[in-house]
Amino acid sequence: MERTASQERFGEEEKEIARVIVDLDREFEGRPEELIPMLQKAQRALNYLPEEILLAIARKLRLPAAKVFGTATFYEQFRLRPVGKHIIKVCRGTACHVKGSDRITHDIQSRFHVGPGETSEDRKFTLETVACFGSCALAPVMVVDESVKGRMDPSKARKILESIQEETGIS
Amino acid sequence: MDYTSMKARAYRRWEHLINLPQPLIFIGMGTCGRASGAKEILEAAKRTLKKLNTLGRIVPVGCIGMCYAEPLMAVRKPERPFVYYGNLTSSKTEEILTSYLLEDDPKPERALCTQGEGAMEGISPISDLPMIRYQKRIALRNCGLIDPANIDHYIARGGYSGLNRALSMQPEEVIQEIKESGLRGRGGAGFPTGVKWEFASGSLNRTRYMVCNADEGDPGAFMDRSLLEGDPHSVLEGMLIGAYAIGAREGFVYIRAEYPLAIAQIENALIQMTEYGLIGDGILESNFQFDIHIKQGAGAFVCGEETALMASIQGGRGMPRSRPPFPAQEGLWKKPTTINNVETLANVSAILQRGATWFSGYGTEKSRGTKTFSLAGKVKRTGLIEVPMGIKLGVIINDIGGGGVDGKKLKAVQTGGPSGGCIPMTLRDLSVDYESLAEAGSIMGSGGMVVMDEDSCMVDIARYFLTFTQSESCGKCMPCRLGTKQMLEILEDICQGRGELEDLSLLESLSKAVKKGALCGLGQTAPNPVETTLRYFREEYERHVLDKKCESGVCKALFHYEIDPETCTGCMACARHCPSQAARGEKKKIHVIDQDKCTKCGVCYQVCKFGAVMVC
Repeated sequence: MERTASQERFGEEEKEIARVIVDLDREFEGRPEELIPMLQKAQRALNYLPEEILLAIARKLRLPAAKVFGTATFYEQFRLRPVGKHIIKVCRGTACHVKGSDRITHDIQSRFHVGPGETSEDRKFTLETVACFGSCALAPVMVVDESVKGRMDPSKARKILESIQEETGIS
Repeated sequence: MDYTSMKARAYRRWEHLINLPQPLIFIGMGTCGRASGAKEILEAAKRTLKKLNTLGRIVPVGCIGMCYAEPLMAVRKPERPFVYYGNLTSSKTEEILTSYLLEDDPKPERALCTQGEGAMEGISPISDLPMIRYQKRIALRNCGLIDPANIDHYIARGGYSGLNRALSMQPEEVIQEIKESGLRGRGGAGFPTGVKWEFASGSLNRTRYMVCNADEGDPGAFMDRSLLEGDPHSVLEGMLIGAYAIGAREGFVYIRAEYPLAIAQIENALIQMTEYGLIGDGILESNFQFDIHIKQGAGAFVCGEETALMASIQGGRGMPRSRPPFPAQEGLWKKPTTINNVETLANVSAILQRGATWFSGYGTEKSRGTKTFSLAGKVKRTGLIEVPMGIKLGVIINDIGGGGVDGKKLKAVQTGGPSGGCIPMTLRDLSVDYESLAEAGSIMGSGGMVVMDEDSCMVDIARYFLTFTQSESCGKCMPCRLGTKQMLEILEDICQGRGELEDLSLLESLSKAVKKGALCGLGQTAPNPVETTLRYFREEYERHVLDKKCESGVCKALFHYEIDPETCTGCMACARHCPSQAARGEKKKIHVIDQDKCTKCGVCYQVCKFGAVMVC
């Protein structure tokens, strides 16, 4: 039976996860203070933290799984659900708020039907809000895949997302 | 290598760069610069030099502080001062470089200022610029003037002379020097640094830790980021001096994950320090031994609080604990630990370099030295500034910042982030120092300064801050966890038209309870924005609860937009930009807003050049 696109994706991901687990085992010693760096390294490789990774880390550090889950869910940076191809982060810091970053988030929500923390149906992008990037002099700030863009407004944001949507190919 | 040889070599290299017989171009490549397009400017500069067949050096520098004008470039022709240009594009960069390098026309009308020896006709020196004139850059002494990735630049300008001097003193003498300088913690609490160091050094425990708190979490603050990106060694030298003073052999720099460039600069700096014998064993050929590890934060504001930070370093949830024991008694892994802010450490290295007497000559009696501020919000010249303590608030906002934008009336200045308060512009003569700000109901905080104008709703601002602190609350103690939630719900009710007058007294008593009962600084200061806005802007709250009106045009349920038929010229700008087709009209005819379609996004209000869109 032919594999569907999403089955292909799933197989690839399983291999990735296994690879990351091996890397983590090799790079870290297994001391409790390594928990957060391990989670960070895994997320950098996979863009999110699948359950298998959390359990593998718990085994390596000889901690109860609950402790690992507790730490992973405490910090904003860690995502436990898969994300889209592009990550859009709109800053909700004070200066950005005063300069109207709310409008950008609302506009994206109403136009593209993706709210903060959500991923678009076609998995092309995930929208997040961040408490502050520290580029306050250029408010409002939006980060598209690690590229910081200042002096944003709803129409500029819309253009960026429309060009992302026009990208073809399976994410 | 010994310090004297290191300094001589660095100085030679720096002099060689500064006196190049070819053009020298500095481009601001901090995060602000990059976000404004500095990379494209760099490429344009490279291309232009190639096109002109000119040899020249392009050096990436950190933040000079004029963020409103980023991307910035400074061009130095041999024997001339640097000429600064701002708000550049690729084509403007090419144009200016071609004109100056080929035709010797620096285009004075496009230039911001000069910097360095010599004058240029038609261009003011940087010290004359209102934004710069009132500043005194001590922590930021090198930012924007050196390549942060080149340790020799730092050393050539006096870097590590402080450490060298400290190593020739007894640790107690170093502590005494910091005490005499009057330096207070720049992270927000303002605790005397020398006294803090004394606590840890007095411990009987042999193992001690030195920590740099680079978890700058206040939204609206970016001073620490700029320091770490623009002059990482000034912070690391301070850390080494502190470690020597308290007797620590190991240290951590805890940087928030949202600052990837800062992390990269610190990593690079540590590698260079290892090469130069400034870290590890036998630092500067002495007995002093110290190692630094980088720990990344993971997106939790509360981890800026000392005990939460230490919990995070140890690999757990960043949840504060009660004190005593204080970190200086029992900190990381129960050992004495000193935690200092980035800016504090950048001041430490300056103090050891130039002396406590020099430092304490600036500022006021109780607030010595200078303070950096991230000036942001509704002000013309946003950026990173450093001023002597005691300067008047109005001088910062109007003279340095250039006043409001778009002719709007300024309303308030928010200082201290979510732990701080909103100071009305009527208090423009307020002296900016720890005590005066506290008396006014706010705090100095880490240095975030956000300017608000008539289009900001102070009730919405209070709601905004409570949204932040409520979501960042670790949840451990009931007064914070439930108190902030309750305050937030009341504020949301008020902003949506469901508020009543009694809610205001309820907010006041909740504020008192949360302040008294919370376990850590986050909860203890979370009510501050509410308390100050109630104190200074009570009429706005009353309008919201009694008349159900938001006059600033922010709380969507409490206002609507209307077009003034007397002022509308029918230019169609609003109709063109309206995303919901609510603003409609024909050319040269009065336009109207269909209230059923209007989402109150505010675009028409912003684009109308005639002020015809009114908040009703």
